[in-house]
Amino acid sequence: MHALISTLHRSALRAALSALLLFLVVATGSAQTVLRVIPHADLKNTDPIWTTAYITRNHGYMVYDTLFALDKNLRPQPQMVDSYSVSKDGKTYTFTLREGLRFHDGSAVTAADAVASLQRWSKRDGMGQKLFDFVTDIKASNARTFTMTLREPYGLVLDSIGKISSNTPFIMPERLAKTDAFTQVTEIVGSGPFTFVKDEWVPGSKVVYVKFDGYKPRAEPPSMASGGKIAKVDRVEWLYIPDPATALAALKNGEVDYYEVPPVDLVAQMDSDPNIKVEIVDPLGTQGWLRPNHLHPPFNNPKARQALLYLVKQEDYLRAIVGPEKYWKVCGAYFMCGSPQETSVGDEPLMSQNFDKARELMKEAGYNGEKLILMDPTDVPLLHGASLVTAQLLRKIGVNVEVQAMDWSTLTSRRAEKKPPSEGGWNIFHTWSTGADVAVPVANIGISGGCTEKAWFGWPCDKRTEDLRDAWAKETDLAGKQKIVETLQRHLYDVVPYVNYGQWYAPTAYRKNLNGVIISPVPFFWNISKG
Amino acid sequence: MQTYIIRRILATIPVMLVVVLFVFSLLRLAPGDPAAVIAGDYAQPGDIERIRHQLGLDEPIITQLVIWLGRLAHGDLGVSIFSNLPVTKLIGQRMEPTLALTLTTMVFAVVLAVPMGVLAAWRAGTWVDRLVMVFAVAGFSFPVFWLGFLLIYTFSVQMEVLPVQGYKSISEGLVPFLQHIALPTVTLGLVYMALIARITRASVLEVLNEDYIRTAHSKGLNPRDVLWGHALKNASVPIVTIIGVGVALLIGGVVVTESVFAIPGLGRLTVDAILHRDYPVIQGIILIFSAAYVLVNLVVDLTYTLLDPRIRY
Repeated sequence: MHALISTLHRSALRAALSALLLFLVVATGSAQTVLRVIPHADLKNTDPIWTTAYITRNHGYMVYDTLFALDKNLRPQPQMVDSYSVSKDGKTYTFTLREGLRFHDGSAVTAADAVASLQRWSKRDGMGQKLFDFVTDIKASNARTFTMTLREPYGLVLDSIGKISSNTPFIMPERLAKTDAFTQVTEIVGSGPFTFVKDEWVPGSKVVYVKFDGYKPRAEPPSMASGGKIAKVDRVEWLYIPDPATALAALKNGEVDYYEVPPVDLVAQMDSDPNIKVEIVDPLGTQGWLRPNHLHPPFNNPKARQALLYLVKQEDYLRAIVGPEKYWKVCGAYFMCGSPQETSVGDEPLMSQNFDKARELMKEAGYNGEKLILMDPTDVPLLHGASLVTAQLLRKIGVNVEVQAMDWSTLTSRRAEKKPPSEGGWNIFHTWSTGADVAVPVANIGISGGCTEKAWFGWPCDKRTEDLRDAWAKETDLAGKQKIVETLQRHLYDVVPYVNYGQWYAPTAYRKNLNGVIISPVPFFWNISKG
Repeated sequence: MQTYIIRRILATIPVMLVVVLFVFSLLRLAPGDPAAVIAGDYAQPGDIERIRHQLGLDEPIITQLVIWLGRLAHGDLGVSIFSNLPVTKLIGQRMEPTLALTLTTMVFAVVLAVPMGVLAAWRAGTWVDRLVMVFAVAGFSFPVFWLGFLLIYTFSVQMEVLPVQGYKSISEGLVPFLQHIALPTVTLGLVYMALIARITRASVLEVLNEDYIRTAHSKGLNPRDVLWGHALKNASVPIVTIIGVGVALLIGGVVVTESVFAIPGLGRLTVDAILHRDYPVIQGIILIFSAAYVLVNLVVDLTYTLLDPRIRY
């Protein structure tokens, strides 16, 4: 009996040890690498054609791919495209897709998918609309090849379909791309390096992506949005943590790996942590816009808008809203310092603050003490700060300013109001735009002179601006393009669609065990591995 | 009693309807436009109007209301304007963290606060009483977010014994659940503990001065039995009332704690929906909150009958 019990004990012990060993093997073997990211905003919509929200654009890059993509020199490179050719007359483009591209549902990516996706994109995006103004026909000629025929040569075909920022021309299955452009697609199926795990999506809290094993990366090393997109982690989780102090604590504790846009006033704490790296990963930065309303006095008069140029001193704004000098730059270029379109032509009024001149110009514009409405989104600290600086500067030259506090949602609906300020309209608001959007004259919606039908809120109305933008778009020679940019910028400093209140570079913070973070205006999570 | 319960439940329908109609109208009259938020900052001119039309937001308010009520009659709360997910799913995702936090907070607060309040009443006028009341005042005075950050700094960043943020369902394990809920529970619980302790003290103190308590003492009953068996039972009606109010408030009002600890609860869902003007979500949440308040009040009223046999409906 004693021996039987002994035997049973030994068997039980062996079984337990085997089970433990098996558990350890399985546990270590199946341990997933997870990259946890704090994004700059909550993902509310998942269709990057339906909305221009940057967070949705970033989501798009996780699950979709593009035909072309910008490299670190801001030149479009083939991405899903294997080869392309342009006819001698410059009017016919032929694109052939790479072999073996698959969507997340297993279906092959075809030329028909590309055609339908570009058509849907062109209905919403400004650069897309401009391109398709020139397109007379676009069709698939076989499973992997499609042609685009233009009515005349256009210099921005590849730049348009390789556009990096909203709305990015992501490629979807044809059945989804045929969805009306003003209706959200019902499924998120792309051919990008990650798949979207809809069942684990908790809007306001968590978004989950897993590596797509069927993705076929290019052989080249990654360069901004182009090159090989190799997913080096199994899973990416976006954890939206609205409170910056909590987000910082989570990063310090190692509960998250990457904090996309920490507030600048917390950067010093992150800098001093030996486990955290703070880096500027967006080489182009962000440009601040002081936007006057061109429909109503006084800013319907260009002299009043020019007065704003003499009023604004970029250092004042940047110190107030960004802080340390290493994160900002004084720059008079409408198309961003550091971009191929950078120029200082015509920027003298902005670079030399002169209150007397500003006062004089306001008087010449006929300003006589009327109340100006300045919309102040108090829930966006950066714009709230800029609003207060502008209000103070305007009062300094005797302008009667009423600062109306509101939240950003209210501002976005009120700025669409074309009525006079006294009837619910407005005179000034502030915003910003990412360098990737601002740097390209055709994509920079702030300078559009398309009047009430086509211009962005504020509605500048200037034919010459539009002619110059068109000329730049059509020009195929780089030197010729730069000449047009200089002419355009000089003109913009006369008509002042908006005032550039400075250029800044938002730092990103991440744990030092991360390798392969890509330098780009858009955060990309392929190529990142955890050490 | 059954008739009373049914009558109370039926009475909630017109109450909820009035609340929802009020909120429906207020949302559409308030400034802000979900179509503008959806379109994003760089939308083309005309996009906002197209989106508004697609979502039916350009219809007259009465038409929108009739459509919504029609769907509601079929149990359909609609879909989020932004995420396109059913409102019931969004609320369902957020219900568990909020209920878990509510429950753990109230258990923590009640288990500690009621004995504290009883002790303070029993030792009224002594240093024990004063200590409990100082604690109660401090509990009201500490801002919830400040307390939350202090606890995070101490237990998560410095001592590294508890996580900073997030929520783990109990289905993922009891230990991870407790680890994640501990700090938010203490943060919120201290405030409610202060409130319940004060009400308990006041209520028990009043009862301790009653004739029947003096009679119980003169009959030679153990003071502990008098306190817990007679005094507390008779003092419990106001305590249960305040607990009920606390539960109702917690279900809807823990947004600060949920933001500090990044808990995906109903409070944050509400604030997010309001900031983005996600009308179907706001309407659905208000409906759920109304039902919750009414249900909690009903449970509190029924509890009175267990505590006080004189109360019958």
